[in-house]
Amino acid sequence: MYYTALKMLMGDRSKYFGMVMGLTFASFIMTQQPAIFTGIMSRTFSFITDLGQPDIWVMDPKVQFIDDIKPMQDTQLYRVRGVEGVEWAVPLYRGLLKARLENGNFQTCIVVGLDDATLIGGPAEMIQGRLEDLRRAEGVIVDMDGAKTKLAKAPATPGGKPVPLQIGDVLELNDRRATVVGIAKVTRTFQSQPVIYTTYSRAIGFAPRERKLLSFVLVKARAGEDLQALTARIRKATGLAAYTREEFKLLTVNYFMKNTGIPINFGMAVLLGFIIGAAVAGQTFYNFTLDNLRQFGVLKAMGTSNPTLLRMILLQAAVVGSIGWGLGVGATAVFGYVFRDGVLAFKFPWQLLVISGGAVTLICIFAALLSILKVIKLEPAIVFKS
Amino acid sequence: MANEIQEGGFCAGEAENLAVQCHGVIKTYGTEEARIMALRGIELEVRMGELMMLVGPSGCGKTTLISVIAGILDQDEGLCCVYNHDMLHMSSPEKIGYRARNVGFVFQAFNLLPALTAAENVAMPLIINGMKRKEAIDRAGEMLAKVGLGSRLRGLPAELSGGQQQRVAIARSLIHGPRLVVCDEPTSSLDHETGQKIMELLRKVALAEDRALVIVTHDARIFSFADRIARMDDGRIERVVNSPAELSM
Repeated sequence: MYYTALKMLMGDRSKYFGMVMGLTFASFIMTQQPAIFTGIMSRTFSFITDLGQPDIWVMDPKVQFIDDIKPMQDTQLYRVRGVEGVEWAVPLYRGLLKARLENGNFQTCIVVGLDDATLIGGPAEMIQGRLEDLRRAEGVIVDMDGAKTKLAKAPATPGGKPVPLQIGDVLELNDRRATVVGIAKVTRTFQSQPVIYTTYSRAIGFAPRERKLLSFVLVKARAGEDLQALTARIRKATGLAAYTREEFKLLTVNYFMKNTGIPINFGMAVLLGFIIGAAVAGQTFYNFTLDNLRQFGVLKAMGTSNPTLLRMILLQAAVVGSIGWGLGVGATAVFGYVFRDGVLAFKFPWQLLVISGGAVTLICIFAALLSILKVIKLEPAIVFKS
Repeated sequence: MANEIQEGGFCAGEAENLAVQCHGVIKTYGTEEARIMALRGIELEVRMGELMMLVGPSGCGKTTLISVIAGILDQDEGLCCVYNHDMLHMSSPEKIGYRARNVGFVFQAFNLLPALTAAENVAMPLIINGMKRKEAIDRAGEMLAKVGLGSRLRGLPAELSGGQQQRVAIARSLIHGPRLVVCDEPTSSLDHETGQKIMELLRKVALAEDRALVIVTHDARIFSFADRIARMDDGRIERVVNSPAELSM
């Protein structure tokens, strides 16, 4: 009977494709919008993600997220270094500074100052130049996207394309000269501002004069050290906030979740997608059953039991559901691949597959239940009506 | 009619050569003011090996009666035994199983499953009764050959003419060897010549000593194929005659 159920399902091609497309659309909406949302949210902590070496971030206790810089005194670095279990601790400057471009325009940039001795926290992937080139006079490394767009030079001819910033080009940061010594690839930031790397001492030279300039202390724990215990010790010894990398990511993303309209906006889009998808797919599947009611009636009259009909309908729902879901998440994956190098934020974790799969299953079960009720209540005598 | 119901849905009494016995069958539709009495105490017997036609004006209860006889509609009152089995008093699984094994259906609108081939449609009753698909399809091929469609096994219903579809439906109604075949207006969707051929086929292939055919029809041109004709009006059997000529008397 399962073969018959599948042939009934696929016999009417247009309705079959209608059902599959309905579920494909639902799955696409349910994964594409959350994938963009996840992408945007992950950009909020992309800087933490890119800095793979430190285990623990130490900062002022009032810091709420990565961009919420509350500078500390440089002496805090030495206090952290003195805590038992710390392998090493290095300073990190992070601040927003205005870069004056060749054409006279200003562009706000994220300036990152790395420990002069170790350059820990530098970009992992250099496109041009080397990280060590930061030690050259006035040296800065610019991120690739920033170099191509917001920091790009004016076109050589009117109406032409902007010329990407290259090694040897010069910027002015807070009226101080900076020379590009490298181009790096980094994950886009939440506000897509250009990122400029330099040494810590040069960064605090670029920054406006303040009593406190140390943004973060990056800590590596000794091998085998319990990170939770170490963060607790650092907090106790210094009075500063100390988070593991994952905790700091969570702190940052939670701030954006609570204090911006992004989750509610995306939540509405996803909810609408789910409702529209469920309505389209459920209605199409229910209509399919209604259209085939006479056929189910014939099967019932000929002696097919209700449990068998129920299994047939569930199989039909499972098949259209699986195919629709597969095509939907496939379309989302293709969408992400096509826009992988663009401005669009996109991240497609496995959890989205599971959630969307569960949602499509719910839609199918709901549609199948409606259909099953109709078929179970069906009087087989319907077959004698012409 | 001196039948009474025994445990398990058996009818007892003088019913050895009777395929169908209906006694005092009443069926109503709707409730209160919208109540329609479709059957008002049906008295009818159909013998084994007999082709019985139910005739009468539209709305007289013919289709309701064969639905009750076939066990796809429950009467409100009265007794309807099919081969000494009263389906009204069977449990739902018993009734479904009994119907699957013992009743064949031919419909006015053919009611073939459009996505299945002729052979798959014909094989359906065997598959419902638990036979393996391949074996059922093989048997369906043999049955289709009997009704003259041995070359159209893989044809979809939409690719067949009306007459061919009704032949497929007849093959489907007979493949599992049912003891009762009920046909609802089997020729009304067909032209005269095709209708005559279908009736010839039904008499030739379907009638057997231990099988009865009950055919509901309006089509006076096929009355001559009946062994007996029961004329219905207003939910009752008006009379049962042996030939079409007696109907007009």
